Amino acid sequence: MELLVRFLVGGTVVSFFAIVGDALKPKSLAGLLGAAPSVALATLSLNVLEKGRVYAAMEAESMVLGAIAFLVYACIVSSVLIRGKVPVLAATAFLLPVWVGAALGLRFLVHG
Amino acid sequence: MDEAAMLVKVDFSSLRRTRWNQYLTRFLFGGAVTVLAGLIAKRFGPGIGGLFLAFPAIFPASASLIQKHEMEKKRKVGQDGRKRGRVAAGIDAFGASMGCLALGAFAMTTWKLLPRIPTGVTLALATMTWAATAGTVWMVRKRLW
Repeated sequence: MELLVRFLVGGTVVSFFAIVGDALKPKSLAGLLGAAPSVALATLSLNVLEKGRVYAAMEAESMVLGAIAFLVYACIVSSVLIRGKVPVLAATAFLLPVWVGAALGLRFLVHG
Repeated sequence: MDEAAMLVKVDFSSLRRTRWNQYLTRFLFGGAVTVLAGLIAKRFGPGIGGLFLAFPAIFPASASLIQKHEMEKKRKVGQDGRKRGRVAAGIDAFGASMGCLALGAFAMTTWKLLPRIPTGVTLALATMTWAATAGTVWMVRKRLW
């Protein structure tokens, strides 16, 4: 039941931000919504209810590092798509390990 | 600032170009990543789980959609549009990279305020901080380039 609630809340919040992003012009502004805190809003709200505010605050602290990793990933994707000839889905999906590596690497650097 | 604000438009026609299965895909991706973030936090703790709150959840699906829309537009006038679609997705990714600064501001606000003030107020302030940071970064970039 808990997972179903997470799925529905997450899907709804993410869809809302995606629709707003679709409707906005110019594209560079719409792109900002690509890094909207949609999963965070859904997860943090549920985690405060289930595990308390201190637990959720610890997640938010780590999220700062996740956002830096997203910045690295998005810069590389942007550069590959504008300069290269790689299909969009291939570039965005195959570069996801860059985010994982950067996020875990930063976590290791900061917290050991 | 007014000049930049005038450039911002809400174009609902792009919503009509999006098919129901594309909305469904993003709903499923969003739901799945939220569940995944919860499971990772349960298994590895909030330190690792928190990283996944900034996972590029629907980014690949959204970027592909942008490419598809641009290609459809070009096809209507008899052109290929693959390159245009790729560049449009690249610009979107650049926008997302600026959005990451705002995402970081959201996370820092939540981190610092959540233990001190009510959750609803914290998340509302963090979302406003996100929107204000995203708007400021976008306008600064518009002025400089």
